[in-house]
Amino acid sequence: MIDILFYVFAASVLISAFVMVISPNAVNCAMAMIVSFVGTAALFVLLEAYFLAILQVLVYAGAVMVLFLFIIMLLDVDKSEKSYLKDKMTLGASIIGFGLIVVLVCSAFLGGNHLPEPSLLPVMENPTGEGVGIPFTTSTKSFGYSLFTKYMLPFQVAGFLLLAAMIGVIVVSKKNEPEQG
Amino acid sequence: MDYIAILLPIAFALTMISVFMGLCSYSVLAERKVSSWIQGRVGPNRTRLPLIGHIPILGNLLTGLGIFQPAADGLKFLFKEEITPGHVNKFYYYLAPVVALAPALTTMVVLPFGRYVDPSGVVQPLVLANIEIGMLFILGISSLGVYGIVLAGWSSNSKYPFLGAIRSSAQMISYELAMGLAILPVFMWSAAPGSEHGMSLFGVIESQKTLWLVIWQPLSALIFLVAVFAETNRLPFDMAESETDLVGGFHTEYGCFKFGLFFVAEYAHVIMGSALFVCLFLGGWNFLPGLADPWSDNTFGAVLSVLWFMAKVFFMIFFFIWVRWTLPRFRYDQVMSLGWKILLPLAIGNLVFNTLLIAAYDHFAQ
Repeated sequence: MIDILFYVFAASVLISAFVMVISPNAVNCAMAMIVSFVGTAALFVLLEAYFLAILQVLVYAGAVMVLFLFIIMLLDVDKSEKSYLKDKMTLGASIIGFGLIVVLVCSAFLGGNHLPEPSLLPVMENPTGEGVGIPFTTSTKSFGYSLFTKYMLPFQVAGFLLLAAMIGVIVVSKKNEPEQG
Repeated sequence: MDYIAILLPIAFALTMISVFMGLCSYSVLAERKVSSWIQGRVGPNRTRLPLIGHIPILGNLLTGLGIFQPAADGLKFLFKEEITPGHVNKFYYYLAPVVALAPALTTMVVLPFGRYVDPSGVVQPLVLANIEIGMLFILGISSLGVYGIVLAGWSSNSKYPFLGAIRSSAQMISYELAMGLAILPVFMWSAAPGSEHGMSLFGVIESQKTLWLVIWQPLSALIFLVAVFAETNRLPFDMAESETDLVGGFHTEYGCFKFGLFFVAEYAHVIMGSALFVCLFLGGWNFLPGLADPWSDNTFGAVLSVLWFMAKVFFMIFFFIWVRWTLPRFRYDQVMSLGWKILLPLAIGNLVFNTLLIAAYDHFAQ
């Protein structure tokens, strides 16, 4: 049962990702992207990582919503419906990406050197009220606790980067003109 | 044995969907009856089914209450001539009503609607899937509902639906933030260190045995309630379809059953919002503040707890309708400034205040 579901969701993720890349219509791209994200969330559910699955839907599907609005409001959809395969940047990027996939598939099937697998160590410090260290599981508590202890610095740095990006967007997009209406 | 393990959840899910859809159609009736009551009218009172409607006294009573009206409404939607305007994007035009309804039906999977006591004496929730992150699940899935409105507005390829869709998506993105921040203090209090429940709704309801959270966290409750009104596009916030300036809003180009799906989706969201508010702030199936659980441990007690939960949900649905026919609509810029300049700072302040309170409580209690 789980195997069949895995193949169904994996196929839908791959197909919709492919459609997203090749579709000339921007709205189709955004919809395919949503399907791809939701399919990835379903794969997380099959791994029993419910928290990650829901975050995938909540964060990424919500982000696509904003993208969607940008497409609808800012891009002129009718004029962008033309072949862009002649674009040299696109062509170069596709070739590099395809080459990377070939390398990945070859190394996966032929074996050989790969990166050392990090072992999932339990977070050792005890939270107040808990008797033992929380093992690394897929539960919400485990995520929260490791974020606020072991991975506190990366967490703060990521938050700070996002803040900088947000301020940057506001500064760039806000024009120095008197407000209208 | 293996088949039963698969068939039983399917049977439960189908039962729940049918009950839920029945509730949706009867809340449409409730809307019409309550609005007519508020406006001093009679409301639907003439639809009569052939056999039941002619039972001497009962038939007249049921007809007068408009009990058969939802059937007539549904049949009307089903048998009207189906018109598809020529200028729409067909695929998304047909997809949009489905996308609007599906999230509302999906979120009810994690909604606990009653409790029973299993043979070992442990209180268990009556719910389709008691997952640890129930609340996040509801927030995540219901945020997908906005795609239905945006797709409808965009694919209709017409000005008024487009404006409605843009307004509605801006509004939903704005109020989602305040909504999430408003319920954080609730979970910070209910999931104390050592509790097993995490972010499940069952844990929140169990934590309200002595004191309902609406008494304990009135500010959170108020912010959440306003945000739910905005997220369901109900009247003080119905920017998406404000008929005085946008004709019909995002569903201007829709007719017959496709419009019916949007209509049902709105009421499904109202029912889910009501049930969520009952779970989070009105104590779920707990009887009264201070008198938690007078239900007995057998099946009868479980049924009573479900009925009490339903009674609270019906009250909240009534409240939604009451507000709709009482308050005038906001202007669009008022909606935005209410969301960003009042609700969001209030929610953040509430969160910080509760964090400090919990820290002080932990510090002085130990």
